[in-house]
Amino acid sequence: MIKKTSITEKRKRPLDKLAYFGIFLFAFLVFAMVVLFVVYILYNGIPGLTWEFLTTAPNPIEQTIGILPSIINTGYMILLAILFAVPVGVGGAIYLCEYAKNKRLIRIIEFTTETLSGIPSIIFGVFGYVFFCTLLNLKVSLLSGALTLTIIVLPTIVRTTGEALKAVPNSYREAAQGIGATKWYMIHTVLLPSASRGIITSIILAIGRIVGESAALILVSGGSAMYMPRGNFFEQIMGSGATLSVELYRYAYSRGENGIGFSIAVVLLAISVLLNLLVKLINKKLGTQKAES
Amino acid sequence: MANKIITKDLNLYYGTHHALKDVSIEIKEHCVTGLIGPSGCGKSTFLKTLNRMNDTIPGVRVTGNVLLDDEEVYQNAVDVTQLRKKVGMVFQSPNPFPMSIYDNVAYGLRIHGIKKRIIVDEIVEKSLRGAAIWDEVKDRLKKSALSLSGGQQQRLCIARTLAVQPDVILMDEPTSALDPISTMKIEELMSELKKNYTVVIVTHNMQQAARISDYTAFFLLGELVEYGETSQIFSMPKDKRTEDYITGRFG
Repeated sequence: MIKKTSITEKRKRPLDKLAYFGIFLFAFLVFAMVVLFVVYILYNGIPGLTWEFLTTAPNPIEQTIGILPSIINTGYMILLAILFAVPVGVGGAIYLCEYAKNKRLIRIIEFTTETLSGIPSIIFGVFGYVFFCTLLNLKVSLLSGALTLTIIVLPTIVRTTGEALKAVPNSYREAAQGIGATKWYMIHTVLLPSASRGIITSIILAIGRIVGESAALILVSGGSAMYMPRGNFFEQIMGSGATLSVELYRYAYSRGENGIGFSIAVVLLAISVLLNLLVKLINKKLGTQKAES
Repeated sequence: MANKIITKDLNLYYGTHHALKDVSIEIKEHCVTGLIGPSGCGKSTFLKTLNRMNDTIPGVRVTGNVLLDDEEVYQNAVDVTQLRKKVGMVFQSPNPFPMSIYDNVAYGLRIHGIKKRIIVDEIVEKSLRGAAIWDEVKDRLKKSALSLSGGQQQRLCIARTLAVQPDVILMDEPTSALDPISTMKIEELMSELKKNYTVVIVTHNMQQAARISDYTAFFLLGELVEYGETSQIFSMPKDKRTEDYITGRFG
């Protein structure tokens, strides 16, 4: 028997209050940690950021330090790995979502890609060293590094793009095919534009992974950023060289130069933020072309 | 009146489920043919066999014949793209693409290689007029189709189908997601459309079938129970089951 109560009689709900307080606290902690982290890096890193630091190569004789070579190497790495990984990853996702008929095969491939995305990158590094550097004789080079990174980011791209394609309403597919569009025509005129947000997200995630990778790259593309990349484009990507993250590891860990490590971290942060903004901007441009409501 | 589509002993299976049983029908040119029957009776399935939209569903098997202008629809030589250009389809809930109104209508033209701006402009206007929506959207062709109301979206979808200049328009419960006024507009449109096209419409609403169709086919459990002129089906059905259904005894 439930006791009759007045609607004005306020009940105390201590659990609700506690839950609300807890959730608020956690949300605040997350926010505070990010702010603290960024501020800490900026505080320690900015003093070391000089024009010389950003625009020269390290010179062991004059004992000066510069990170231009590793900025260039990072640029190459992003460019090459995205160039390799995006077409393959998006293509693979399209195949899995739109063409593949064998449900079991799809499940196996999806399971494999998910597992791959959780494997420590050093394992990819060992594989890349054996396969790309030695077996394919690409040497310890930026190219080997980019190929290894391609394998590392592929699962992310396949999965994120796949989720985006699955989220496109089936009615779009029906509508296009109902007036005679071929499958490919439908995919590139309706599905890909509708899924562009997801694809963009996958590229952002991939760039993050590429910029941040260090362990695998020490093995496959070398740990030194002493010299500026030389020669033409092809000679440059066949040379070895450290990216910013690898340099960061080298300075902070093996040479104990934490200050330089922080300065590099600031540059890395700036690059990540800029690239994310850039990709979002491109997406917005694409979006307005589609005439969003 | 000439026959536009003829089916002979048409059977369709979803895996082991026998969804259409020996359906033989002659669909007349420049008429509205209404397909009625309770849920799951096979009327939508039948509609989709006419432009082979069932092809995309795995495990579907079709036997028997579907003749469009005396040409077999289910033969290997058929290019489904060409078939669906001739036999267009409008779906249950409005499904415009997330593009501008103009691009939605022009979509079909681009599929079939018509790209000249002047021609596309002309056909887009003609199609939108044909779907009785031109006056409502002519000032905002570049706006997103998703900004239109449900009823407008459905007429836009009809315009998109008209743009590829089909002979036959299949409509799968085109008004079931719409309000009464939008429904009325689409029903009015239907009697206009039959002057130039052959219309086959699946409807859940018997009054709608009685209002708009010239011929009515009653489906039950995958069988075509009765087919004839709408006035005859609704006033003196020959089959007891048809009578029971249209008088509301089941369904």
